[in-house]
Order: sequence, then C-alpha cells, then structure tokens
Amino acid sequence: MLEAILSLGGVGFCAALALGFAAQKFAVEVDAREAAILEVLPGANCGACGFPGCGGYARAVASGAVAPELCPPGGPETVARIARIIGVAAIAVDPQVAVVICQGDQQRATEKYRYLGISDCRAAQKLADGPKTCPGGCLGLGTCAAICPFGAITMTDQHLAVIDRDKCVGCRKCVEPCPRQVIKMTPRSVSVHVLCNSHDKGALVRRYCQVGCIACQLCKKAAPEAYVIEDFLARVDYRHAVKPTAGVEVAIDKCPTHCIRDDNPPPAPVPDEKPAPQAA
Amino acid sequence: MTEQYYLSSSPHMHSGATTDKVMRDVIYALLPACLTAVWFFGLAALTTLLLCVASCLVAEAACLKLQGRAQSTLADGSAVLTGLLLALNLPAAAPWWLTVLGGAVAIVIGKQVYGGLGYNPFNPALVARVVLLISFPIQMTSWTAPLASASGVDAVTMATPLGEWKTAVMLTSKLPAVQPADYLNYLTGNMAGCLGEVSAVAVLIGAAYLFWRRIITWHIPLTFVVTVAVLTGIFWLVDPTRYPDPLLHVLTGGLLLGAFFMATDMVTSPVSSTGMIIFGFGCGLITVLIRLFGGYPEGVSFAILLMNAATPLIDRYTPPRKFGAVGEVVR
Amino acid sequence: MKIKRFPGGLHPPEHKSTAARAIEPCSLPDELVIPLAQHIGAPAEPCVVIGDTVAKGQVIAQPRGFVSVPIHASSSGVVTAVEPRLHPMGRPLPAIVIKPDGRDAWPDGLEGGMNPLLVDPLTLPPSRLRDMVRNAGVVGLGGATFPTHVKLSPPGGKKINTLILNGVECEPYLTADHRLMLEEPERILAGIDILRRILGVERVCIGIEENKPDAIAVMRDACAQRDIEVIALKVMYPQGAEKQLIFAVTGRQTPSGGLPMDVGVVVQNVGTAAAVADAIIHGRPLVERIATITGPALVEPKNLRIRIGTSLRHLVAECGGLREEVVKVIMGGPMMGHTQLSLDVPAIRGTSGLLLLDKNAVATRSEGPCIRCARCVSVCPARLLPTTISAYARRDMIAEAERFNALDCIECGCCAYTCPARIPLVQSIRQVKGAILAKRRLS
Repeated sequence: MLEAILSLGGVGFCAALALGFAAQKFAVEVDAREAAILEVLPGANCGACGFPGCGGYARAVASGAVAPELCPPGGPETVARIARIIGVAAIAVDPQVAVVICQGDQQRATEKYRYLGISDCRAAQKLADGPKTCPGGCLGLGTCAAICPFGAITMTDQHLAVIDRDKCVGCRKCVEPCPRQVIKMTPRSVSVHVLCNSHDKGALVRRYCQVGCIACQLCKKAAPEAYVIEDFLARVDYRHAVKPTAGVEVAIDKCPTHCIRDDNPPPAPVPDEKPAPQAA
Repeated sequence: MTEQYYLSSSPHMHSGATTDKVMRDVIYALLPACLTAVWFFGLAALTTLLLCVASCLVAEAACLKLQGRAQSTLADGSAVLTGLLLALNLPAAAPWWLTVLGGAVAIVIGKQVYGGLGYNPFNPALVARVVLLISFPIQMTSWTAPLASASGVDAVTMATPLGEWKTAVMLTSKLPAVQPADYLNYLTGNMAGCLGEVSAVAVLIGAAYLFWRRIITWHIPLTFVVTVAVLTGIFWLVDPTRYPDPLLHVLTGGLLLGAFFMATDMVTSPVSSTGMIIFGFGCGLITVLIRLFGGYPEGVSFAILLMNAATPLIDRYTPPRKFGAVGEVVR
Repeated sequence: MKIKRFPGGLHPPEHKSTAARAIEPCSLPDELVIPLAQHIGAPAEPCVVIGDTVAKGQVIAQPRGFVSVPIHASSSGVVTAVEPRLHPMGRPLPAIVIKPDGRDAWPDGLEGGMNPLLVDPLTLPPSRLRDMVRNAGVVGLGGATFPTHVKLSPPGGKKINTLILNGVECEPYLTADHRLMLEEPERILAGIDILRRILGVERVCIGIEENKPDAIAVMRDACAQRDIEVIALKVMYPQGAEKQLIFAVTGRQTPSGGLPMDVGVVVQNVGTAAAVADAIIHGRPLVERIATITGPALVEPKNLRIRIGTSLRHLVAECGGLREEVVKVIMGGPMMGHTQLSLDVPAIRGTSGLLLLDKNAVATRSEGPCIRCARCVSVCPARLLPTTISAYARRDMIAEAERFNALDCIECGCCAYTCPARIPLVQSIRQVKGAILAKRRLS
C-alpha cells in the first residue's frame, strides 16, 4: 500500500516539476493586446480576413500590420472593440451579405445534359461548361454550401443554392469557388436584388429560364436611380439604392419574369406556372 | 434541344462491383463456419447467430433513423456481416442479452459513432467482443463442449485448448498432454471455443472462397499466421515442455478466423501491400506476446484492434513507390 | 518467355466486335465542320474567308507557334462559314465550315495527294522530312493529338535510341489500329522507315497486345526483311499508355514528370506512322483517319475511314443508324473518351472512335462511402493511392493531394472502373490536378 502511494506520488511529483520547468523555460511571450483581441473575435476561424484562423488575425492586428475591420463575421461591434483595444478610431464598416443571384432551379431553368459525377459545381463546370443551359445559372451541386463555415447556404430540393441572410456574416468564402460567379456580395442595408446572372439577350434567356432577366427596362423605368442595365442584365445600383427615396421596391411587381426579389423577409416562392417552353 | 445525353468524366465503363456484392461475398464465405458452428453447438449456436444479426440490423436502422440518413445502406449487408462476425466470436452458451448487447455495441460504438460504414477505425465486431469480454468475463468464457446436445448431456463446460494450456502451465509448470487425435479435432472444430473459431477447415474453405473472389489478398493473413507460427515455434524449440507447438497455436484460439476474416476487414486495415504485411506481422507479434506472456490465453482480438489503431500511421508511411520514381525517395 | 507488361492495370471486357470488319470508306457529308483547335498547342489561324473555293488537302488554317500544325480542307468545296461551332470539348469553338462540291478533288487534278515525292524519301535530310510532317498537319492519332513534329525534334543532348510503335489499342471497343495493321501494314512500315530516318534510332519495336494474334502475325510477316521487333504484350489496360508501354517493352521507367525522350524513347501510334508515310510519299496531308464507330445503341458497328470534320450524326447514319435510344455519346474509348453534348459535333483528328451507349450500358448508381478495399491501389498503373488523393481532393486539401503525387495520375480510369463504392475517383483527382497546377502558376 505504502509502496503504491509512494511510487505514484513520486511519479506525480517528478511530472509536476518537469511541467513547471517547461512552463517557465518555454513560455511564449504573448502580447496582451493580442490575447485581448482574440478574446473579442468570434472564434469561427473562417479565414475571411485572409489569415489562418482568428489567432493569426489577432497577431496581425496587434502588431499593427492590418486594420481592425477585416472581420466580417464580427460585424461593426467587434471592429469597435478591437479598435478600442489597439487604440485607434473605429472605421465604419459597411456590413455585407452574400446573395445567390439566380432563381433558375431544376424546375425553372433547362439543362443541356444530364450530369453524372461528383457533387461539385467546379467539376461539373469542366464538362461542357456545366449542365445548366444558362451560362451564368447556379449549378446547384452545393460547392458553396459545403464551403460556408456558418451553415448559411442551403440547397433546395430543386438544386438551387439559397443564402440565409440572417446566418450569412459576409465572409466571402463562397464567392471565389463558385465556377459561375453567381454569388455576389451586397450591402446588408439593401435587401432587394435582381436575381439573375445571365448576360444573354432576352429572347435567348426566355428559351432556357422562366425567371431570367430579359433586360426589358421596366425596372429602370420604375426606379431610374436604383437600377442599371448592363450587357443585357439589370442589377440594383447599390450606391443609390440605399437611399429611401430610390424606390428600389417599386420595381419588384413590375418585373415580368419575377427576378427582382426582396430578401427581407424572404420572398414567397415564384408562382410555379410550368413555363411554356418557347419553341426553340 | 431535342436530345439530352449523360455527360460524365471518364471512365465510362465499370466492373460492376458494388459494396453490397463485396459484403455478400464475405457473408457467403462465413457460411461454412456458421454451419459447422450449428453442427457442433446445435440450436444455441443458431439462436446466437440469428439474434446477433437481428440486433445489428435493428441498431443500424435506429442509428440511421436518428441521424436522418437514408435507410438504403441497411441493405448493403455490412450490418449483417458485422452481426455474423460477432456471433462467431461468442461462445455458444452466451445468454441472449449478451448477444443483443454485443450487436448494439458493435454497430453503435464500433461503427456508427464514427460516421458509419467506411469511417470506423476499429473492426466493429471485435470492439463488441472485447467490450463483452472485459465486462462479462464469466459469460464470455463459459465454453460448452461441442456436440453436447447430441450426447444428451446438457451444457457440459470445458476449457479451450489454449486456456487449458495456460492454466496447466500456471498450476504445474507443465503442458497438458496433447494427443495427435486432438489436432484432428482442432482442424474440424471438435473443441471448445467461440462459434467460429473452432473449425479450422470451415474457416479455410471460406478463406479460399474469398481468395477466389479476390476479396482478400494473401498479404495480411499469411504474414499474420506465419508470424505466429515462427515466433511460437522458436519458443517451442527452446522449451517444448512449457510452450505448445506452433500447430496448436495456429489451429486454435481463433487465429485463422482472425487472420482471414477479421484482420482483413478492409475498412480497418492498410491499403498498400507493404502496409498490409506490416499490419499482418504486427497482429502476429502482439498475438504471440499476449498468448505467451499476457493474462489472456488468446490474444487475436486485442492484437487486431491494436493494429487497427496503427493503420492510419502505417498507411501514412507506406505509400506505394510511385511509377517513375527513379532514384527518388518517396515520402 | 515472360509476357511483357507493366505493374498494376486490369482487363476490362474487350467488346471488340468490329475487329473482323474491314475498314470501309465513309460517304461525303453535306457539310464539313473543321475546328481550328484539333491538336495540343495553339489553335491554327484561318487563312480562308467565306466564299473561297478550296481543293481537298488545301491549307485552310496556318499554325501559330512551334507547338501547332496547319489544318487542311478534308474535301473540295466552298467555305460557307468561319465561326464558333460546337466542338468535341463541349463548347462552341472557332471552326471553318466547308460545303463539299461532291468532286472530292485534290488540287491540279492530282490523284490521291499533292506533290507526290519523286525521290526516295530516305535520301532527304531529317529536317526536311520533319517539316513535311508538320506541313501535313500530322498529330498523334492515338487520341492525344500531340503534334508529331515536336515529338520528332528532341532537344540537343537528348539521345534517342529506341522508337516504339504503339499498336496496343488497349481501350475496349476500339479496333481502328487493329484493322490498320491487318489491312495496310505497308503504310505503317513506310512510315517507320521515315521516322527511323528522322530520329536516327537503332532499335525499332512494335508493341501489340496478345489479343490481336492476326495483327501480330501480319506485322511479323511484314517486318521479316527489316530490323524491327514485333513484341506481343499482355492484354492489360492501360498497356497503350505511353510510359506503361515503354516500361513493358524496354524495362525503362520514365521519370515522374519526365518525357519518354528522357529515357531515350519516342513512341508513335501506328496510325501516326501511316499518316507520316502518306504525308511524305504522297504529299497527302492529314485529312482523314480510321475510326471505330461502335456501341450497343448502333445498328451496324463499323471501322470507317472518315474525313476530318464529318459530323457524328453522319457517322451514325453511315452505320445504319440507331437501334436503341442512345443516352451517352463518347468520343474515343470507354475508359478515357470524352462524353459529347450532341451528335452535331464534328469528328476531329483525335477521334479514334465513337461509342454510343444505350441506357443498359450506363452506370448511374450513386456513390457510397469508401470501404478502403484497396482495389484502386492494386490496379493503379502509376502506383498511387487513388482513394487517398481523392479524399483529399474532395476536401479541397490541395497540398496534401500533391504530396501524395496527384500529378503523376495518368487518368487511365482503372481506379474508378474497379471501385465497388462507385466513387468517381478520376474526376476528383483530375479536379485537384487542375487546382495544383493553378496554384503553381500563381506562385
């Protein structure tokens, strides 16, 4: 009995000595501010700042190498707190949110072939530029949803990526992997978007998608300040749309293909009249 | 567009192999062992087999339902296979609750908590066997004499050959006498032990089928068996009065069942041939260490589980030498 | 003697039902769509305009850069368009459209070619021969379409001592090279003589898989008077892959990331050798090739001599049309071919075959989890761990995939063919290879 107590106790004592020695000898100098910054960061390690994890970003900010407003998930509040820690004036950040500018799911948009293979839009895009006939449409294989660190992107039953604006922190991680660049960053303050990414002419768009922008100009006529039409595609001019006077909403009901949608609250689904496929 | 074809990345041909077929082949290969078990241990063996398979299927279905996953993987045969393997690793006299508990442990703790088929680091049937062996040592080592029901005697208990040896050496420092006829019994399965470990012939018939169907390769089973035979042979040559001969070691203690059916479990063994040889050697070495110097008479289960744990490490350090690696060291 | 082979590989069902069918000519289509990108390297630059009348064999597009070849009219007629047309790569790419006049006439009333050579080609200097090969637009006809003159121009310091002719044709279904060897061995041998002269090599071997004993016999017979070895190879896919073939024939391993010339070898397809002979002796540019039109959806599979630019729809009609509803159209063989969007795509120089599959021949089973059965590892001819690389690829772990030698993958398809879990291993590895190369270009 005594033997056991002594031997175990001895081992424990030696280990404690070794640990104590190691803690002193190999102690890592941590900038107090770095620790404090790490404390206020969200800890999602999403990489949106461009650094490997929150720790990397905290170190960079503490050393003064980068500005405190590179953390989209943290939002303005985090930026303000970091600014306080490092003693600079907080810069106003414009929080952003990612939007899938496409509504062409399997019901509403045609495909030029049947895809067999891995569920990765980038791989599908390599086969004849992806199954969707529309060159800009969401391929719906879920590459963005798999990448999103915040679970903000879901795939509908009809294979369309949808971003939950309440969960999206604007980290941009989904933007670059999308082979069709169908995810755009938009100011959080505007919730009305033109949900189409096709630059084809209207007649062609109608052939492959029920809910594509046909560049008919009706939105621009209804709210000239809030919309621009470039290269056969309308988009919200976010610089002006933030103004309450811009009247960005008034175009929603004007759009003949229902591709202007207010995301807040999430819109009711597009009325599902099976589109008369236009004679090709 | 009038025509709409399939587009896919090459290749556009497939061998026709499926996971289900692989599982089914292993199940077929286990049938001789199952049949001999029923022959030697009668209804008790049959009950254990069926109960175990049923328990595994129910556990699998429950897990899939809880995780909200498709029940389709239930039909792939992997749960049935786990159930069979576990049953073959139980004594015939195992009480029903032990069998059911074992099935649940195998599927839930051995497989599904890791993400299901393909993700489990340890052989699920062995996880369950070891859990049961440690938790319920009495029930797990109460061996029924084979053909007991046929002789009209109810549940005669006896020791396994290796257990007998271990006890004898401990008590008398001498090996019990082994008759040449005993080896014939070890071969056919007329000895005490788990359902599947008793008949070497039945296991080897199944193994031959697996080789023919190319489900397993020689690497793991052969190195495993040879390692055990060589190492135990050395000890036997040194002191034949204390150590049993290698033939006894190879034929008993579930070594063949372990080497051909458990160690070769694809999910938990290395993928390269070098890795497989290291794996087989490790299994053999640990088995011998446990059998000769450990507290348990049999060490196959522990050996395989320990090597399962080493599999990722082995895989990491034994990638095949790539074609064209001329005078270049591959990590 | 031990039959020569390489490590790994497998033997899929051969389906070579057209092996006994003689090569047939193909009728002239109503329209020839001749893409400018038909070879590896820079696409050619058109040198004709709409309305031009062209003769068969006339250059209609000029090469751009060294790794590029000219494109020729594959029949006489009028240029009706120079515009993007659907290319076998799956997207519209620039092409020259010719409406044939039906005469199929070579220039200046010549027969069977232009500028027939009046001297013994073997007296010409190698550089001259090489230029003639290039001007005739000859590219590797095995399917890779790498410009042949580039392969015949080893950089100084690289000593070539062996020429291997690839008559393996290991892809299932395809029999074009097989028929060529049976029916026109003299074309191949004439080409070999010229290739040997250009490269100045000692040893010449022809590698043929054992499943073509008739072709082996014919080639042995034809080579009797010459110093050429005909080597029977084990029937094992991918025996015809360049580095695997070199290993089987010479025992030399081409270094990872290296080229055959690094081990003193040049490999040419037998069809390419025949095209070289045509180019030099008859002045006949590469305007046609032999292709196997086959598959379970087709009424009468055939080996056809097709003009470059003929639409696949025309080829199907030439073979009696469709028997079943076709659900997958593959240009090339079933292991490495490319699926097509439509039959309104032209056959190009790399079209070694056209395979039309019905719904029974297309595996649509969805993938399951990897059970680590290691079949992919044992069949991989590049000796990689396909399942490991693929798993990293699927998780975007590019550096790890690179460390497991993803770039050494030759995309032969053995791993995916044998995978019981039906994981599209090649597709994910191909994907990560692209990512690795993109990353390298960035840094």
